[in-house]
Amino acid sequence: MDTVLNLLRRSTLTRHTAGALAALAALYFLTTAVGPYRDLQIAQVGYLTCAVAGLTVLTGLGGQISLGHGAFMAVGAYTAALVIGHWGWPLAAVLAAAAGVTAVAGVLVGAVAARLHGPYLAGATLAFAVGLPGLANYAPLTDLLGGQNGLTLLPPVPPESLGATFPLERWQAWISCLGAVITLFLLANLTRGRFGRTLRASRDDEIAAALSGVRVARLRIAATVVSAACAGLGGGLLAVVATLAAPGAFPLTLSLQLIAAIIIGGLGSLAGAVWGALILVYVPTWASDLSSSSGLSHNIASNLPLAVYGLVLIVVTLAFPRGLQGGLRGIGGAVRRRAHVRRDRAPGPRGSASTDTSGPTTTHPGGADEATADQGARRDDRGEPGDRGERLRR
Amino acid sequence: MVRFINLTLAGITSGMVFAAVALALVLIWRATRVVNFAQGGMLMFTTFLAWSVIDRGGSYWLALGVALASGLVLGAVIERVVVRPVENKPPLNAVIVTLGLYVLLQAGAGMIWGDTPHSYPPAFTIKGLSVAGTRLLLSPFDLFVIGAVAAVMVLLTLLFVRTDLGLRLRASAFGPEIARLQGVRVGRMLTLGWALAALVGSLAGVLIAPSVFVGPAQFDAMLVFGFTAAVIGGLDSPAGAVTGGLLLGCALSYVSGYVSSDLVTFGALAALITVLMVRPNGLFSASTARRV
Repeated sequence: MDTVLNLLRRSTLTRHTAGALAALAALYFLTTAVGPYRDLQIAQVGYLTCAVAGLTVLTGLGGQISLGHGAFMAVGAYTAALVIGHWGWPLAAVLAAAAGVTAVAGVLVGAVAARLHGPYLAGATLAFAVGLPGLANYAPLTDLLGGQNGLTLLPPVPPESLGATFPLERWQAWISCLGAVITLFLLANLTRGRFGRTLRASRDDEIAAALSGVRVARLRIAATVVSAACAGLGGGLLAVVATLAAPGAFPLTLSLQLIAAIIIGGLGSLAGAVWGALILVYVPTWASDLSSSSGLSHNIASNLPLAVYGLVLIVVTLAFPRGLQGGLRGIGGAVRRRAHVRRDRAPGPRGSASTDTSGPTTTHPGGADEATADQGARRDDRGEPGDRGERLRR
Repeated sequence: MVRFINLTLAGITSGMVFAAVALALVLIWRATRVVNFAQGGMLMFTTFLAWSVIDRGGSYWLALGVALASGLVLGAVIERVVVRPVENKPPLNAVIVTLGLYVLLQAGAGMIWGDTPHSYPPAFTIKGLSVAGTRLLLSPFDLFVIGAVAAVMVLLTLLFVRTDLGLRLRASAFGPEIARLQGVRVGRMLTLGWALAALVGSLAGVLIAPSVFVGPAQFDAMLVFGFTAAVIGGLDSPAGAVTGGLLLGCALSYVSGYVSSDLVTFGALAALITVLMVRPNGLFSASTARRV
């Protein structure tokens, strides 16, 4: 037992692998225990997690604001729909193509974005989010992209070995969750290494990073590409789950919701991305259940989820700048401190204090992510001059 | 040739409205270094108030007055209540708060007035004027739009350049610390700056309402185009905002007239990228020395 714990503590890769396997096992039991409706919701959480985790890398670790990730999801979804419709590739190849094509789009956007910062970048990506889905309605492309109605996909067929009555929704949830776990696993390893370190360095002080030999522009393009590929995979999974790729599925509000998710979840932490995706799926459901059960008028009921989002965004930014994950870490830290005190008094088995609050993710208490979250919080708390906002003024 | 002139005239009319939105964004950016993503929501809300006045039988001019006055109040309240805490914080915080405001305003308008768009009457006829037997794409209402925005711009310029209050506003925007030492109530000036910007935005909302209708999501494009115009001009310059607005208006008009009206938003993206690739901080940005 001790050697296993030691191994987990020392090797990041082993820890992340163990986390991913545990998450997969938990998801297996969860998806088989619930009905088709819940399975579909889990599938939604899965593909949103991919996109939100990608955005976490770009915005949370890289400090580059992107309001255009909904457009990347659209690229992925349309790629998946076109590949399935024209060539009928196997699903894994379809999703890889969705991520790959979106990564290429990410190179283009990243090349532009690397030159921009702050509000200029926000403006360019905002125009990207609004402009790109409009292409589907452009007359020469409507035959290819299906215009306003979009493209419908054949739903994925569960393999026969699972039995003839295996529900489609559960199969879709499996595909989507597998994609999410793989994305989180890869991103967790990527951000723990040199890439994540230099990315955080360039976010915190661009000039210092450049002086230490980080090629900031190239790094930012790489971050955009990684982030775009994740969003593209998310979009491809969305197309597979919804069996549809249409411009209406990628409004500006989707891009804004993704930003909302990374903020509410906790900026710069992959566990926060999962929380954010969960909130994106369950808060509207909860709000509309609430409003339909309390007999509110149609206008109020249909707009309540949106209002809750807006309110949550404002309140969380003003009151909890570290997001949900930051808050949980605070609680976890307090629990751990109390456990330490207890252990000092009466020695007990080690490891009883490890409180995994992050749910089905590959992050862990005490990792590099936590260090950055703390730095971010400290900067916020002190509100020092000389931080990024101040430098932008000059 | 007539087609080109017509497209240009239409471009100038819509460009003036974009310029008004861009000006509102620039005023706020200059004063508080916040990009106000809630601008589209704010002007939507005040336009809805104006629509309610007209719906209850009020005149066009009363409704316009209500829109401008409510814009003034809304801007001031928003600055005091939610924006003040994130000023001078990392830019992402301000972005998120204003995005949250935008979503909240949109949901609020949907709750109060419903999601279906309503028509809004123009002040004058929208039938095009005829010159030498040719019907132009320029109506008396278009002339009113251009005149109203131009008048507000002139008044703002006079306010900022010629008055004592304008001097204090500029001082608070450029050197808050120094202004404070000179006895300027900087906080009040920032609130006033937001209020003035919201007023300009409200004017743009009422002017564009007859062509886009009034609904919670009808003004999203206004934010995107206004923001694009402001970024093209280089967020810091009011003259840039007007130039950016007119350039964007004409560019979009040509795209819609010569290529396809479905590509208008894509055209905005293309115009923005083109300008930013040449000048990453916009057309009118002052070149600043970089400190290392």
